Amino acid sequence: MIVRILSGGQFRIDDEAATQLNQMDADLEAAVEAGDEAAFTDALTRLLAHVHAHGAPLPPDILESSDLILPHEDSSMDEVRKLLTDEGLIPG
Amino acid sequence: MKGTAARMGVMKRVSLVFKAKANRALDKMEDPRETLDYSYQRQLELLTKVRRGVADVATSRKRVELQMNQLQQQADKLQTQARKALGMGREDLAREALTRKSSAQTQLDELATQYAQLQAEEEKLTLASQRLQAKVDAFRTRKETIKATYTAAEAQTRINEAFSGISEEMGDVGMAIQRAEDKTAQMQARAGAIDELMASGALDDAVGGRRDDIQSELDMMSASSDVERELAMLKGEITATAPKQLEGSASNGSGQGSQAPQQPQQSEGPYAPPAPPQYAPPPPTEPVQQPEAAQQSQANGLPVADLPGLADEPQDGDRS
Repeated sequence: MIVRILSGGQFRIDDEAATQLNQMDADLEAAVEAGDEAAFTDALTRLLAHVHAHGAPLPPDILESSDLILPHEDSSMDEVRKLLTDEGLIPG
Repeated sequence: MKGTAARMGVMKRVSLVFKAKANRALDKMEDPRETLDYSYQRQLELLTKVRRGVADVATSRKRVELQMNQLQQQADKLQTQARKALGMGREDLAREALTRKSSAQTQLDELATQYAQLQAEEEKLTLASQRLQAKVDAFRTRKETIKATYTAAEAQTRINEAFSGISEEMGDVGMAIQRAEDKTAQMQARAGAIDELMASGALDDAVGGRRDDIQSELDMMSASSDVERELAMLKGEITATAPKQLEGSASNGSGQGSQAPQQPQQSEGPYAPPAPPQYAPPPPTEPVQQPEAAQQSQANGLPVADLPGLADEPQDGDRS
């Protein structure tokens, strides 16, 4: 499975790591829904650390779209909300 | 089990948003080959944009660096002032200088944080630019292969793959540029504000007081002894010459209407006398007549003076 960290490149992770990642992602989503900034930052930090620990960076000249896309490391909750609603955050 | 439709997680949803965006762009294209060329053109544009972004962040970072240097100089100067003030026994002034130094230091610390942020942004954008470059190169190769090998119908799938692969990168880079621009704009607004504060001297005002009043007070203190000495000297001169001058100026000034403004000063005595003797003596009639005479001689005299000169030249010319 390919995971992209925005502003951080793409990584290939195995299924086991992906399953763990999905569990952690549930925390992130819950934090966003609850509007809990501290929980959000915490969940995001753990997610990114997990990808860095278990993922192998994809060579940059590989043209593959990602299965999962993670916000960049210092994203605010507000930014992530906009990402989810497809409101102009992605240019073009 | 969780409801997967409603709860697919943030990561999946974000990736779907990116894919939807790519698909919308693809749907607009009728000829697949057109998609390839058009997309490639846009990739090159984005590459230019991200490189400009890197340069802009670097410029902004250098500006912050410059301001940090200025603030550091300010802090150093205040430190020197504090030491000097203390040496002169002015603890109050020293305290004031140190308070301001602490204020400058606070600004300096904030700028240092921003400097680090800009530096990080610059690095991120540089990496993003390198990644995009690699993807654009890969896309160009893929584009040529697709064009050469496949019919338009066959090409569609390959094109979609290549396109969604690059468009995700482009969306990512586009957002990174936007973020860098926002940060740079914020930083520039702040840098502009600090520049203005420095120019107006209001940065010293942070803890109250005029610009550089510490320095001016220190200067004043060291200058005051010189002033006292000169003052004493002047007083000595005045007491030596005052009696004569007072008599002279009083008699001359009494009858003159035109010099009336000077009279009060003269009559007030001890402090005025050093100057008047030279100017006071002329009789009432002279000041009025002299300007008129000068005007007349100018009005009549200039042409007359010129004429002989002019007349001389024809005379020289007449010799021939």
